[in-house]
Amino acid sequence: MSGPNTDYDPVEVTPLKSEEVEAMREAALAAIAGAADLDALKQVRLDHAGDRSPLALANREIGALPPQARKEAGQRVGQARGAINQALAARQVVLEAEHEERMLAEETVDVSLPTTRRPRGGRHPLTLQSELIADLFVAMGYEVAEGPVVEAEWLNFDALNLGPDHPARTMQDTFWTEPADHHVVLRTQTSPVQARTMLTRRPPIYVVCPGRVFRTDEYDATHSPMFHQVEGLVVDEGITMAHLKGTLDHFASQLFGDGITTRFRPSYFPFTEPSAEVDVKCFVCLGSGTGVDSDACRTCRGEGWIEWGGCGVVNPRVLVACGVDPEVYSGFAFGMGIDRSFMFRHNLEDLRPLFEGDVRFSSAFGTEI
Amino acid sequence: MKAPLSWILDHVDVPAGTTTDEITDRLTLTGLKLEAIESPGRDITGPLVVGRVLTMEPEPQKNGKTINWCTVDVGDANGTGEPQGIVCGAHNFAPGDLVVTVLPGGVLPGGFEIGARKTYGHLSAGMICSARELGLGEDHDGIIVLPADAGSPGEDVRPLLGLDEETIEFEINPDRAYALSIRGIAREVLVSVEGATGFRDPALRDTPAANGEGHPVVVEDAEGCPVFVARTVTGFDPTAPTPDFMVRRITAAGMRPISLAVDVTNYVMLETGRPIHGYDADKVQGALVVRRARDGERLTTLDGASRTLDPGDLVVTDDSGIIGLGGVMGGETTEISGATTSILVEAAHWDAVSMYRTGRRHKITSEAGKRNERGVDPTICEAAADRVVELLVEHGGAQAHPGVTVVGSAPAIAPVEVSGDLAARVSGMDITEERSVECLRAVGCEVTGSGTLSVIPPPWRPDLTDAQDFSEEVIRLVGYDLVPSVLPTPPSGRGLTRPQQLRRRIGRTLAGEGFVEVVTFPFIGTEDLDALGLAPDDPRRDVLRLSNPLSAEAGYMTTTLLPGVLRAAGKNVGHGTTDLAIFETGTVTLPRHSGPAAILPVDRRPTKEELAALDAALPAQPLHLAVVAAGDAVAGGWWGAARPVSWSDAVDAVRSVADALGLEVTAAAVELAPWHPGRCAELSVDGEVVGHAGEVHPKVCDAFGLPRRTVAAEVDLDLLIARAVHLRQAPAFSSYPVAKEDVALVVDDSVPAAEVEAALREGAGELLESIRLFDVYTGEQVGDGKKSLAFALRFRAADRTLKEGESAAARDAAVALAAERTGAVQRS
Repeated sequence: MSGPNTDYDPVEVTPLKSEEVEAMREAALAAIAGAADLDALKQVRLDHAGDRSPLALANREIGALPPQARKEAGQRVGQARGAINQALAARQVVLEAEHEERMLAEETVDVSLPTTRRPRGGRHPLTLQSELIADLFVAMGYEVAEGPVVEAEWLNFDALNLGPDHPARTMQDTFWTEPADHHVVLRTQTSPVQARTMLTRRPPIYVVCPGRVFRTDEYDATHSPMFHQVEGLVVDEGITMAHLKGTLDHFASQLFGDGITTRFRPSYFPFTEPSAEVDVKCFVCLGSGTGVDSDACRTCRGEGWIEWGGCGVVNPRVLVACGVDPEVYSGFAFGMGIDRSFMFRHNLEDLRPLFEGDVRFSSAFGTEI
Repeated sequence: MKAPLSWILDHVDVPAGTTTDEITDRLTLTGLKLEAIESPGRDITGPLVVGRVLTMEPEPQKNGKTINWCTVDVGDANGTGEPQGIVCGAHNFAPGDLVVTVLPGGVLPGGFEIGARKTYGHLSAGMICSARELGLGEDHDGIIVLPADAGSPGEDVRPLLGLDEETIEFEINPDRAYALSIRGIAREVLVSVEGATGFRDPALRDTPAANGEGHPVVVEDAEGCPVFVARTVTGFDPTAPTPDFMVRRITAAGMRPISLAVDVTNYVMLETGRPIHGYDADKVQGALVVRRARDGERLTTLDGASRTLDPGDLVVTDDSGIIGLGGVMGGETTEISGATTSILVEAAHWDAVSMYRTGRRHKITSEAGKRNERGVDPTICEAAADRVVELLVEHGGAQAHPGVTVVGSAPAIAPVEVSGDLAARVSGMDITEERSVECLRAVGCEVTGSGTLSVIPPPWRPDLTDAQDFSEEVIRLVGYDLVPSVLPTPPSGRGLTRPQQLRRRIGRTLAGEGFVEVVTFPFIGTEDLDALGLAPDDPRRDVLRLSNPLSAEAGYMTTTLLPGVLRAAGKNVGHGTTDLAIFETGTVTLPRHSGPAAILPVDRRPTKEELAALDAALPAQPLHLAVVAAGDAVAGGWWGAARPVSWSDAVDAVRSVADALGLEVTAAAVELAPWHPGRCAELSVDGEVVGHAGEVHPKVCDAFGLPRRTVAAEVDLDLLIARAVHLRQAPAFSSYPVAKEDVALVVDDSVPAAEVEAALREGAGELLESIRLFDVYTGEQVGDGKKSLAFALRFRAADRTLKEGESAAARDAAVALAAERTGAVQRS
């Protein structure tokens, strides 16, 4: 036993009977409206608009009708089929939208899941600090000069007015290389780059030289046999200490913040005369020396100023050794520890993490400082 | 230099009410930088007074000790005037002695609070103090017994013990040797502190004229020793103690009191800056002779060291031979001892350069040497010697011998021409010539003329030699703090050079690829090279050696960055960071074994040839890049399994750098330490080898504490940067459709994929747009010793749609060439 198969045993529609066509139309529209999903609608389309649907079959009958009835029947069946197709299309749009909505809802993920498949890279904070400083000066029109770290004794010392018997040589505990009579050292300062610059360029000279330098200091929280310096050199007509002060004030405010200025104290460097120590106003307590809870400021230890570096007017003897006419040109030079600047700028009390290679340290600074 | 303030103020007056801070602030601004202010009594508060012991009852205790129950008269310092009962464990005193008493409420160094407390059956109200308890040294044998006339009970004891003395420590720059003396510092106070007056020069005194009766002295090297003054005292009491004030001042200045005779010479050195040597006159045989040492001569110096002398050393001899290293250290044979009663006092001026060289040669650092090598006032030898004689007579009961020997005289100082406006031109300040002259005279210069000044520096300023030196003197007195702030205007710059830009780009690229930059020291030792497994003849063993390394393990400048990065990687793994990718860029040092780097003259610009020779004498120092990766390259997670690092990550790190420079890297198999012999790629650009990458040899992994399969690369960045593509050409794209062809080729295992790909590329001709190896298969289906390489080829023409069969024909041509070149067989 089987029930009537509407697919294969279509109800016969007599196209002439308008109430029958109307009924078919109503039945079709009801089925379309009742189709719950796209699959059901597909079946409804087959049943009510397919080739073997009652109306399609009725349509075929029209040709057999007497001519006077043909037109009316044609119109009636055509209108019904048109209405059904329209309803099908409309329902299709609605069901497709519903389907898409359901699909997307089902595809919902937990966006809070972790996404990092590999650790992020990062650059060394001293590299970043060097570049930052270089950029400050490049923005002023300076260029970045470079030189070798294994350097000729003459360039590291003699050319800078540090003759072989100059007591200041012992101030810089120097790494010497073998054989000793080859006069090759690990540069103790970036100053030989200044000499090289003057020897290879004509004034006006405006350069900064960041780089690695070496001293025979035992490695501890505040000393390292290798550290980084940045030196600046300007040689031009009419250069004075006032230009030096202006440049360092600008440098300080760019690196440490608006309103941070410098202070000069007399000092001694063979390659400059007059020479000065540069202190920078403490950018944490803004020079007051007072920290949290009116204790002494931790960054400057209550001084209000932080020792930053050395500077001065280029000694005319250095100009002569480097082939610059001191009657025409004068200059200034300054030098700061990049590591030291980094340490107080970023509140690092022990320098050793800078050279231990622990990725947890570098990673903390990412790719920009 | 540590200088007791009272000593400074013996020689200069400051306005009443001037604080120590005001003095040191001013001195710091004019060039004597304050390091610290020390005061021995700084940590002592509350009543610390003179006490007179009235009674003293010894009371033996059960623990075997005997304590003294004392009553002490402390005047009315205790508020009652009644005697104070104090228990004391020391025994080196007697009733009637004056002692140092701290009363309840006082605090001693170390935060030791004194109160009245029950002890040994008494209420002990205070303490009788030892030197150690007051922080005055280590002497704890007994309590301090004050001289009978020290003061009266109840009086504050601080001034009597010098506990209220402030000692100022200055940082003295090497050009200001004159400030290594009270004389120099007092003079700086005079010129720096507002209202300071009354400078009393300790070296300005009437001295007896030279006569023929002094100890005979012959100076054979007048250049090395321009002035030699000798004086003698006799009848000296070697047991005479050094007076307290002198002990306190010498101690405060950082020197150790030894005996009156020695302490006096040190005291005068500190006061005047002129080092003095004292000989035991009875041990000196005949005339003193000053000359240079002869090759091979020896001397045992006061420190007990036996030294072989150099012909450059200045020595003092007598008939017995060498008795001292002039100006640096005396000899043992004529040393002043506890039995010395006659003292020969030497105050000589020595050549500073010679002093510096001798000090360095024999590694002697002494207070005398420090002053002599920086330059001392040559005009004060007679005054200093006379001052020594005066103090030995006054405190040691000696008699001054009438003889005075003076050999030589202080060299004349030539005037220096200084432009009157130089200070203004150098400083950028408005400094008049009058002001300049005033400042120069204040520091002791003789100034004549106008417009161009003729300036004779004072004899204690040998550092003032060049015109510009005098400008500093003027500017520091006018005030460094007044220098205006003016930005210069540089010409337009060219920005970073291309190599500088590219180096930054390389760092950023690697950071973007997940590598973390490290900075390590460039020092290595033989152990590092051995740990890398380098062959004995590996060129990386040719190192530049340091003469004075910090340790033997860091004796060379490295030729490769690998030891540093591998060590750093090992440390990270040790710290638990097991998934790791690091890189370092830095120069390596490759000796050229060329000649010495000349010491060129400094009075002219070196020639181009001289400079080129200088550079040629230096080792090559190319910039290298090293990378190391270990553990997982991609972590496991909800997305899937982890991917461990492989040799290919090391190669790809270099490729990413090369890409950033517009370069293409080719890889070829090579065997090289420290890499795995079967997993090392030699990397080339345009046919030149630029470096190596691959998996690190298991033994090397073990040596550096790294997990097996750690990978590494090292390349020469200078070579890459030199080849970097400067101007890249804009590409032209075809908009015609692409035709894709895949081929799978079976080749011997030993055939490099790159060779197959190259043959395919060449054989495919110009229609080939790209080729990509997408699968490598080994296994049964291709047979033993074989592998299957699957390539995806894309063909496209620039000007048309490819015709049916065109791409297939090109593919077949490609396969044919690969077959011919590599023996490849196409898999069906």
